[in-house]
Amino acid sequence: MKIVVTVKQIPDPNAPQKLTSDNRLDRGGEAVLDPGDEYGVEAGLKLKEAHGGEVVLVSMGPAKAADAIRKGLSMGADRAIHVSDDSLAGADALLTAQILAAAIKPENPDLVICGTESTDGSTGMVPPMLAELLGMPQATFAKQVEVKGDKVSVHRQTNEGYEVVEAQAPALVTVTAGVGEPRYASLKGIMAARSKEVKKVELSALGIEKGSPAESVEGVADAETRKAGEVIEDDGNAAERILAFLVQVKAV
Amino acid sequence: MYFTDAHEELRQHIRRFLEKEVKPHLEEWEEAMFPDSIVRRFGELGFLGLRYPPEYGGQGGDYFSAVVLSEEMARAGCGGLGMAVAVQAEMATPPVNKFGTHEQKQRFLAPAIAGTAIAAIAMTEPDAGSDLAGIQTVARKDGDQWVLNGRKIFITNGARASWILVVAKSDRERGHSGYNLIVVEKGTPGFQVTRTLKKLGMHSSDTAELLFEDCRVPAGNLIGDEGEGWKQLMWELQGERMIAAAGEVAGAERITEYAMDYAKSRQAFGQPIAGFQVIKHRLVDMATRTACVRSFVYETAQRWDKGEYPVREISQAKLLASQNAVWVADQAIQILGGHGYMREFPVERAWRDARLGRIGAGTDEIMKEIIGKSYGL
Ligand SMILES: Cc1cc2nc3c(=O)[nH]c(=O)nc-3n(C[C@H](O)[C@H](O)[C@H](O)COP(=O)(O)OP(=O)(O)OC[C@H]3O[C@@H](n4cnc5c(N)ncnc54)[C@H](O)[C@@H]3O)c2cc1C
Repeated sequence: MKIVVTVKQIPDPNAPQKLTSDNRLDRGGEAVLDPGDEYGVEAGLKLKEAHGGEVVLVSMGPAKAADAIRKGLSMGADRAIHVSDDSLAGADALLTAQILAAAIKPENPDLVICGTESTDGSTGMVPPMLAELLGMPQATFAKQVEVKGDKVSVHRQTNEGYEVVEAQAPALVTVTAGVGEPRYASLKGIMAARSKEVKKVELSALGIEKGSPAESVEGVADAETRKAGEVIEDDGNAAERILAFLVQVKAV
Repeated sequence: MYFTDAHEELRQHIRRFLEKEVKPHLEEWEEAMFPDSIVRRFGELGFLGLRYPPEYGGQGGDYFSAVVLSEEMARAGCGGLGMAVAVQAEMATPPVNKFGTHEQKQRFLAPAIAGTAIAAIAMTEPDAGSDLAGIQTVARKDGDQWVLNGRKIFITNGARASWILVVAKSDRERGHSGYNLIVVEKGTPGFQVTRTLKKLGMHSSDTAELLFEDCRVPAGNLIGDEGEGWKQLMWELQGERMIAAAGEVAGAERITEYAMDYAKSRQAFGQPIAGFQVIKHRLVDMATRTACVRSFVYETAQRWDKGEYPVREISQAKLLASQNAVWVADQAIQILGGHGYMREFPVERAWRDARLGRIGAGTDEIMKEIIGKSYGL
């Protein structure tokens, strides 16, 4: 079975996020493999352990994204494709999906695994667009992924519990943290990753004309700060006052 | 450059592992000691065999990968668990790896790397610590067996060890060529753990007193050639001191950072206490001395890694790093005041844990004896 996992390098989510003068996320500081994608890699590796085959990472990002790709290889992925082109800086969701689709297509994977959304952009748009461009069915928010013959079966997390969703392979799946804690790489894995193949691909090789982005950021404003709530001191009738408030906001 | 980007990647994984699977339990383990299962987990992740050959389940790394583990354990405040892991990976097993036969490595080293066996090394005795040549434990050859008689004390991992590398005397007449390192396995008749000892710090680790009474082990449990024990032990002690020094520097760094953060936020007389020059200078001294010791420890570790045998520098590094760690922790207690004396804050435990460094693996005084001798004094 051939499994493609999409991975992205993002600014360290534990550090304060800054914007550049043109309202883009400042990517100059410490960068890490998107924690959401670590779950994707983990899900891919588990399937490989169960069914054999190969896990291929695909990433679009600047040259330094190689560090994030290597982390996935250290965890156990077999090889990687890295699309890197200066002109792709600031690519929106659609262009990203087009690039990834063009890089993935020649691989003819049985399964494509993505995080549900990136931790920095958080649009959640790339995986559905990618599925569409690859002509694959998609099963989203999977907390468990199983492959039975040519069927992919997932437990799709919902507010109430989960749904069992089945799709015909090749398919695209987005996974949540429910797939299990990403494994720690061993030193052996880390050393082995250094000799694994990372194929560098430039935009021109994918045959994609970079059009103007479908999205642009017009402005950025701070979110309204939350107003202080009303503190009800209990002078004997606090319960009634809370109840009156809840009735007023139609909560009860 | 001592660390490559592969070391740094390893560091990130170790750090995340300690954060998720070790730190949340440290308080509990201070009370009840760590469970054997965490040693197995270290083994599963390859952290007990970072620089051992892949043939025995090791990771095939260099000495600085072991330094990374030691530093991260100290940075996470692992205390006794850090010591136990160091005994397992850097004290009890190195002689088996270096001097043992293929068969001994399969029997003793491989399970210790996997974490399915816990290992200990027993040198110290009730009547001989610094004066190791004065040990009384005797190993007598009887046909195809060794028969051990004697007592060992202060043995880390001793109560739970699957096997113990015991230093014994075989021939009183032969001086330094009368010693042997012999593996005794748990459950061998004649071997018993007589006590688990209560101590000042390192509470998550067990420290035992052991008794050998006509304890018979196969001749094949002798590590290396007969009569080589003293030389093997002197070599082992270099590695033990080196790794202790690396951990102590990282521990001092952690406490210095903690004290700095505290001093910046603690107010007295209308200002952060870090604003008082006496506190600021104390913090600066802590950071400066630790930075200097670190450089020296790295430089020495690199020589050790390359296969040199720099006894003077290793002894100096161990002496300085352990004294500095205790001094830094003591300064931190002063900076935190009453809070520093309380169990809720990490510095009192850091001090209790660090205090061992000036005794274990050779006391300050013994380090100075060795260093003095190296200068012809
Ligand atoms: C928590 C803990 C864990 C330990 N783990 C282990 C272990 O796993 N395995 C093991 O074998 N041992 C272990 N030890 C033992 C440790 O290595 C010894 O305690 C140490 O080497 C000192 O020996 P001693 O306690 O017999 O002190 P002594 O040798 O009795 O020393 C007492 C004092 O006399 C001084 N002194 C001795 N000789 C001289 C001299 N020539 N010149 C000047 N001063 C001198 C010493 O420096 C010290 O201050 C552990 C100890 C502790 C506390």
